[in-house]
Amino acid sequence: MGISPVLWQFLVKWLHNSSLFPAEASTISPYTDALYFFLLLMTIVGLILVCALVFGFSIRYRREKSPVATQIEGSTLLEATWTIIPLAIFLVTFVWGALLYFRIYDPPANAMNIYVVGKQWMWKAEHPGGQHEINALHVPSGRPVQLTMISQDVFHSFSIPDFRVKREVIPGRYTTVWFEATTPGTYHIFCTQYCGTQHSGMIGEVTVLTPEDYDKWTKQSTSGMSLAQNGERLFASMGCNACHSGSAAARGPNLAGVYGSKLTLTNGNQVLVNDAYLRDAILNPSEHVTAGFAPIMPTYQGQISEDGLIDIVEYIKNLQSNYRVQQTQMTSESNQAAPPTPTEGTTETVKP
Amino acid sequence: MSTPITHTIVNLPDQATARIPKRNYINNEHGLLSWLLTGDHKRIAILYLISITFFFFIGGAFAGLIRLELLTPAPDLVSSDTYNKFFTMHGIIMIFLFLVPSVPATLGNFLIPIMIGAKDLAFPKINLLSWYLYVIGGILTLAALVLGGVDTGWTFTTPLSTHYLNTHVITAATAIFIAGFASIFTGLNFIVTIHRMRAPGMTWFRMPLFVWSNYAASILMVLGTPVLAITLVLVALERLIGIGVFDPTKGGDPLLFQHLFWFYSHPAVYIMILPGMGVISEVISTFSRKRVFGYTAVAFSSVAIALFGFFVWAHHMFIMGVSNYSALVFSLLTMLVAVPSAIKIFNWAFTLQKGSITFETPMLYAFAFIGLFTIGGLTGIFLGSLGMDIHLTETYFIVAHFHYVMVGGMLMAFLAGIHFWWPKMTGRMYPESLSKLSAVTSFIGFNLTFMPQFILGYLGMPRRYHAYPAEYQVLNVLSTAGATVLGVGFMLPLLYLGWSLKYGAIAGNNPWQATGLEWQIQSPPLTENFTEIPIIDYEAYDYEWLEKKQREEVTTVG
Amino acid sequence: MANSITSTGHVDHLEKLMPHESIINDEGEHVVLPQHRHHFETAEQQREAGSFGMWLFLLTEIMFFGGLFFAYLLYRNWYYPAFAVASNQLNVPEGAANTAILITSGFFMALGVWAAEVRKKKLLVLMLVFTTIFGVAFLGVKADEYHEKYEKHHIPGASFSTSMFTNPPVNPKTGKPDELPLAPDMAQHTEIFFFLYFAMTGMHAFHMIIGIVLLFWLTWRAHRGEFSSGYVAPIENFGLYWHFVDIVWLFLFPLLYLINRHPIH
Repeated sequence: MGISPVLWQFLVKWLHNSSLFPAEASTISPYTDALYFFLLLMTIVGLILVCALVFGFSIRYRREKSPVATQIEGSTLLEATWTIIPLAIFLVTFVWGALLYFRIYDPPANAMNIYVVGKQWMWKAEHPGGQHEINALHVPSGRPVQLTMISQDVFHSFSIPDFRVKREVIPGRYTTVWFEATTPGTYHIFCTQYCGTQHSGMIGEVTVLTPEDYDKWTKQSTSGMSLAQNGERLFASMGCNACHSGSAAARGPNLAGVYGSKLTLTNGNQVLVNDAYLRDAILNPSEHVTAGFAPIMPTYQGQISEDGLIDIVEYIKNLQSNYRVQQTQMTSESNQAAPPTPTEGTTETVKP
Repeated sequence: MSTPITHTIVNLPDQATARIPKRNYINNEHGLLSWLLTGDHKRIAILYLISITFFFFIGGAFAGLIRLELLTPAPDLVSSDTYNKFFTMHGIIMIFLFLVPSVPATLGNFLIPIMIGAKDLAFPKINLLSWYLYVIGGILTLAALVLGGVDTGWTFTTPLSTHYLNTHVITAATAIFIAGFASIFTGLNFIVTIHRMRAPGMTWFRMPLFVWSNYAASILMVLGTPVLAITLVLVALERLIGIGVFDPTKGGDPLLFQHLFWFYSHPAVYIMILPGMGVISEVISTFSRKRVFGYTAVAFSSVAIALFGFFVWAHHMFIMGVSNYSALVFSLLTMLVAVPSAIKIFNWAFTLQKGSITFETPMLYAFAFIGLFTIGGLTGIFLGSLGMDIHLTETYFIVAHFHYVMVGGMLMAFLAGIHFWWPKMTGRMYPESLSKLSAVTSFIGFNLTFMPQFILGYLGMPRRYHAYPAEYQVLNVLSTAGATVLGVGFMLPLLYLGWSLKYGAIAGNNPWQATGLEWQIQSPPLTENFTEIPIIDYEAYDYEWLEKKQREEVTTVG
Repeated sequence: MANSITSTGHVDHLEKLMPHESIINDEGEHVVLPQHRHHFETAEQQREAGSFGMWLFLLTEIMFFGGLFFAYLLYRNWYYPAFAVASNQLNVPEGAANTAILITSGFFMALGVWAAEVRKKKLLVLMLVFTTIFGVAFLGVKADEYHEKYEKHHIPGASFSTSMFTNPPVNPKTGKPDELPLAPDMAQHTEIFFFLYFAMTGMHAFHMIIGIVLLFWLTWRAHRGEFSSGYVAPIENFGLYWHFVDIVWLFLFPLLYLINRHPIH
C-alpha cells in the first residue's frame, strides 16, 4: 500500500476504536481505504494550497501594505498549470476508482451464492442449503460470497459499511455484489435507499464465522429443505413439468444443464442463461422462446413471489439430469457445490 | 489632471453629504398594486427576495427539526412518517424554492439589465409572471405541507412515489412543475436580454463575469427544467392511472425515471452554483481593487461547466445497475466537469495577488466560499471516483458534500451578494461589525454542523435515517450543536438588514468604489436605470478608468 | 457622445448602427408605434428580442416533448411486437387527414403573417379565421379517434382490455385475423403503447388548444386593426408557435401511426 503496514494498522485501528472509522472486515476494505486516504490527502493538500494562496495574498497585499493594486490580465502559463495538474490528479482518481469498482462488482468465479430479497422493511437472506434469515446474514470468513439480490417492492440498497460494499436492490431485476470477509465478528447491514416509513428500521447484522463455526451453523439452521428442493416442489405444483418434462416430444425445452449455457432464441438472438434470464423467462416468456419451440408458455407474472422465483431458479441451476435432485445432507458441501455464476463470454455448460 | 495615482482605494461613503435620491424605483409609484403589477425588474427582484427569504426560513425550520431528532439515536421525537416528511419538505423547499431562484431571481433580476446598460429585461411581463408562478408553486408546496405533507424525499424515487405512498405526492409534484416554469422564464428572459440588449460598446467580453455566470446558468435552466417538468407529469399520471411506465410488474422500468429525473437534477446543481460563482467574481475583484485574474478563462469556465454539466447525470446512479461501461463514461466526464471549477478557484485566488485588499463582510463571505467550496468540490471527486462511490453513496458523506457546496458555497455567495449590493438596492449600508460577526458565526456553525457528517458517512451512517446505531451519537450531537450556531448566524442578517432599511447609513452611489455600470448610477436606482444609455468604451473591472473618471468628476464639479 | 432620446422617441445615433430598424410612415417621418416598449431602444430591437424569445421557448418545448419521445423509443425497442400490433389499431386515414389539416392550417397561418407584413387587414383576419377553423377541425378528428379508442377499450387504466390482442378478431373480408395473436405477457405491454399515445397526442392537443385560444384573441385584435400598421410581432411569433406545434405532429404521426403498416407475419 505504500505506507508501512504497521503504521497503517495502527492508524486504522486507532481510528476505529475512536468510532471515527469503520472496521476493515473484508478483503476489499483496505483497497477502498487506500483510495480514500489518497483522496483525503489530495483534499487536504488542495485546501492547504488554496488557503495558503488566499491568506498569503490577503495578508501580503492588504490595503495598509499595498495601497495601489497592479492590474494584471492573467497568465496563460498559470491557467495551463492549474488546468493540467488538477485534471491529471482527477484522472488518476478516475482510473483508480474504476479499477476498484470492477474489483467490487466482478465476483470471482468460485463465490458461493446467497440470495437476498429486500422488501419493506426487512431483508430476507436465503442460503442455497435452505437456511433462511431475516435481517441477518451468516457467512464464513475467508471465502468469497456473492449476494444475488432483488426487491419485492421499491428500491432498497444493501450496504455493509465494514466490508465497503453496497448495491442497489431493485424491483424487477437481480443485482449482485460480492465480498470476502476476513475477521469473525458482527457488522452492520443497512438499507441505504429511502424506502418509506421504516427505512431506518431495515437494518441487520452480518455475522462472520470461522469456516468450522459456519459449518455448525448451517447444520443447525436449516429448515430441512434446500432452496432447490423447494423449487422442485414449486416446479411440480405450478405445472411446469407438464411442458418441461424432459422427454423428446415435450412442448417445452429440456431444462437439464441449461444454466450457464448459450441459448438460441426463435428471433435468432443468442443469450446466456443466468439467474436474470431464468427469472425473466418465467415472467415474460414470449420474449424468450427457445428456437424450435412454439410461444405457448403462459406468464407467471403476479402468481409467484420473488422467493418462489429464487427457489425455482436454484432448482434449475442444480438440474443436471432426470429431474430428481439428489437428496443431499444439509451440509455446507451443498453450498460449496453450487454452480458458479456464469459470466459473459463463457460458452461451457456447467459441470456437475 | 496629472495628479499621480497614489491610491486606488477611496474611503467609504462620505456620510455627511450622501443622500437618498429624491426619485428612485422604490418611491416612484406608491401602493401595493404598483408592486404586484410592476414590470420593473428591480421591484420584481425585491418581491422575489422577500418570498425566497420566507421559504428559506421554513426550510430552515425543517432542518432544525431534523437535527433535533438526530440528537438521540432512538426515533423518539416524532414518528417515522413525520420525520420522513421533514427531510422531504426541507429538500424540496430549499432546492426548488430557495437555491434555484436565489441569486438569479433576486440579484440577477436586479442587476443584469443595469450591468449591460439596459433599461429592463427583454420581457418584463414574463418576469412578473415568473414571480407569480414561483409564488403559486410555493403556495402549493405549503398546501401539500398543511394537508399532511409529502414523504417521497425530494428525489421522488419511483416506484415508491408512484405506488407505495399515500401522501400528497401529486400536489407536491404539481407545485414543483409550476415553480419550474418560473425558472424557465427567468432563464429565457436573461438569455434574450444578454444577447439583444447590451448597450453600445458592451461586447461579450466587456460584460461583468456575474453576467456570464448567469448566462451559463440560464442555458441550463432553459434546457434542463422542461425535462423535470415532463418527468413530474409522468409520475403524476402513473399515480393517477397506474399504467406502468415506471412499474416493473407491468413491464415498465423504474430506472427510466432515474435517468429522466437526474437529467435535470444534475444540471440543477450547476444552475444553483453558477450564479453564486458570478457573485464571487464581482466581490473578489472589488475588494482587491483589481480586474479578475484570467477573465476569459473564468468566462469560458462558466460556459464549460454548463455544457459538461449535461453529460454527467448518471453519476447519481453508479450503484443502481447501470452497465459497468456506462459507469466508466460518466465517471470520466464527472472528472472533466470538475476542472473548470478548479480553474475558477485559482483565478480568484490569484486575483488577490498584487491587489489592495480590504475585508468587508462581502469579502469575508467570499473567502468562506472559496474554502468551503474547495472542500465540497473535492469531496465531489470522491463521489465521482467509481469504487469510492460504492462505499460513500447514499450515506451522510453525500449529505455533507452537497451541503458544503450548496450552503458553504452557494448560500455564502448569496449572502456575499446581498451584502455587496444591499447599498445599491436599498440606498443604505448594513452595520459592518455585526455583519462580520454574523459571517464568522455562520462559518463556524457550518463547519461544526457538516464536517462530522463526512466522518459519519465513511462510518456508513445512511442518509434519511430516523434512528441510527448508538455509536454514531457523538458525531450527531456535534452536528446538531453546529446547526444551532449556524441558525443564529443566518438569523442575524434577517434582523440587521431589516434594521438597516430605516437606520442604516446612507450609501451613496458607489460606497465600495467598484467598477461596473450599477455603481455609476444612484442608489437606489431610477426605475429606468439610466437617464441616458451609456456607451461603453472600456473593459470590465477597469480600475484605472474608474480612477480617471473620479478625478474628472472632482475637477468638473469644482 | 451620448445618445439623446427626443420627445418623439426618435433616437439619433443608432440609425447609423442599425439602418433598417426605424418605422417610416407615409410622410417619411419616423414614428414610434404605440406598442413600443420603453425599455427597448428601437422597434427593431423589440421585434428581434421577441422573436429570439419565442425561438428559445420553442427550444424548451422540444426538451419537454423530448422526455416523452425518449420513453417511447425505449419501450418500442423493448416491446416491439406489442407496439407494432397496437400501432396497427390506430386510425391511419384519420391521422393522415389530420396531418393534411394541420399542414393546411399552417399554410393559412403563413399567409396571415404575410398579410400582416403587407398590412392587409381583411386578409389577415380571414387567414387567422381559416387557421382557427382547421385547428378546430384537427381537434374534432382527434376527438373522434379518442372516442374510437374508448369504444375498443384501449384507454389505459381500469377499462383497458388486451383481449383484442390475445384473440385477434377475424377480418370478414379475408376470413382470417389480420394480426397474429400476442402472448398474454406481451399483450400487456400494449397498454404502455396506448399510454404513450395518449400522453404524446394529448400533450400535443393541449398545445393546440392553447394555440386556438390565442388565435381567438389575435383574430379579435387583428379585426380591431392592431396589426395593420407595422406591428406584426405577435402574429409572427404566434406563427412560430403554430408551426412548431405542426412539426411536433409531423414527428408524432409517423412514429405512432406508421410503424409496421402491415400485419405481423
